[in-house]
Amino acid sequence: MRIVWIIAVREYKRYFATPAAYAIALFLLLIVGFLFNASILAALQQSAFGGGGAPGVQVILSPLVFLLLFASPAITMHLLAEEQRMGTIELMLTAPVKDWELVVGKWLGAFLFMVTIVAITLVYPLILNNLVSPGIDQGRLVSGYLGVILFCSTITAIGVAISSFFSNQVAAFFVTLGVLLVLWIISAPSQATGGTPLLTYLDLRSHFYDTFYVGVIDIRDVVYHVSVTALFLFLGSTIVEMRRWS
Amino acid sequence: MISVESLTKIYGRRHAVDNIDFHADRGEIVGFLGPNGAGKTTTMRILSGFMPPTSGKATVGGFDVVEQSLEVRKRVGYLPETVPLYTDMTVFEYLAYMGNLHKVDDVEDKVEDVLEMVNMESRVDSYISSLSKGMRQRIGLAQALIHNPDVLILDEPTIGLDPAQIIEIRTLIRGLGAEHTVLLSTHILSEVQQLCDRILVINKGKIVAEGTPKNLEQRLAGAGRVSLQVSGRTDGLVDLVGRVKGVESVLLAEEGRLEFLTAPGVESRPEVSRAIVNAGYDLIEIRSVGMSLEEIFLELTADDPLRNSEEPQSPKGETDDEDEE
Repeated sequence: MRIVWIIAVREYKRYFATPAAYAIALFLLLIVGFLFNASILAALQQSAFGGGGAPGVQVILSPLVFLLLFASPAITMHLLAEEQRMGTIELMLTAPVKDWELVVGKWLGAFLFMVTIVAITLVYPLILNNLVSPGIDQGRLVSGYLGVILFCSTITAIGVAISSFFSNQVAAFFVTLGVLLVLWIISAPSQATGGTPLLTYLDLRSHFYDTFYVGVIDIRDVVYHVSVTALFLFLGSTIVEMRRWS
Repeated sequence: MISVESLTKIYGRRHAVDNIDFHADRGEIVGFLGPNGAGKTTTMRILSGFMPPTSGKATVGGFDVVEQSLEVRKRVGYLPETVPLYTDMTVFEYLAYMGNLHKVDDVEDKVEDVLEMVNMESRVDSYISSLSKGMRQRIGLAQALIHNPDVLILDEPTIGLDPAQIIEIRTLIRGLGAEHTVLLSTHILSEVQQLCDRILVINKGKIVAEGTPKNLEQRLAGAGRVSLQVSGRTDGLVDLVGRVKGVESVLLAEEGRLEFLTAPGVESRPEVSRAIVNAGYDLIEIRSVGMSLEEIFLELTADDPLRNSEEPQSPKGETDDEDEE
């Protein structure tokens, strides 16, 4: 575990040494902030006419989760692809580091960076709590943010696994984005006919919006996120190992 | 320390390494000599635990490179040919990171030690991206030394350096040879001549010759080769020399210079010089010229034109096969 932590810390620090990571964080926080501002203004207008309820934590969670979907491929694309392109993978794979330790370390570093960005957005619920009376629903805040963190874990693991497959970051970005978007809408086509159980289960969107988002913490969703994370980390380790044999 | 038996690595249909055997003892500097794409890098990658062989067995310090890969990796310091470094890190961060991955105790002291060894203490806080090629090479070497490994595997450690840097790195490697087993690859002949206790000449995945620099030269020199020079008139000289007992053939004659081969083991110089002087020529030099390593190398690795036409593949470097995206 010590090795995993060493790699994770290195990856985490790396984000703060590159302008790209700041750009991604800025893009995300700026849009969430802008939309937050817009919803506050809209709610103010509505209440002036005597209608509408007070805005809840959803006005932050909704845009945040959607933007993370696009930001995470940019955060994970370089993780292993760049090592492969620069040849530094040779250093990692000839150091006494197990393949899974490398992959899990990379994932943990990226995950912690995402969690850091998510933690910064906590400032909006704090502001909101002061604006509305009698304050926001604390339950929804906790379940919502727990859901976002689990969601981050899943999408980062998918990104790491795909990054291990490529030595081209751009390819890793687009494939990751493609996979995430497909998982996001996978059950939509079958919704009209009542839904296919498998596709509904795989649906990334439903494992956030149907429960965490509305204030419900369901163990099945936790299991879903943890197992998808584990699956993709396993997949990533297998790909790294397979690349040795090629 | 290193032992390799019938090691083979096949990429697709190409035999990058073809059934090679060799060993290296503790404290020995062994040089892998061969043209680009001969299989040097592939062999080193297998020994460093980067990739498994297709077949055969290799052990480092008694540990199998496939079965006990982690143990091997703990004992090997490896400098890949491309000298990969994390350019976003400072020298200290990089070496400390690699040291931590190797679970080195007192990493900070150790980083100082290895930087001193490669003479880079002054750049400890520099970003690697700001370093010159020669400095990066030295940092790469420092990285290979950070965990004080028993075995050092250095893939083309002097490639791309200027002459002063080459001398520096060679001196450093010479010094390391006392404590570590060093396996280095190069296609520069003078390098193996100066550095190595033993040379393995590798071509097309096979070891074509092995020995100390000296005995390789001797063994392959075969027939004696003599060069002589006269000043003034040269007419009839070739005939004269050709008639001397023990001279097999005259190879070259131009502007008073002449080279001839003698039968193996025959010392013909006294005879030849007497004949030349007696005939009234002015002999100014006569010496035996052993076959240089350069010539031996070219001879050993010369492309067989027939074999080449059977293989339509162009002789690419082995690294080409991996970048497939």
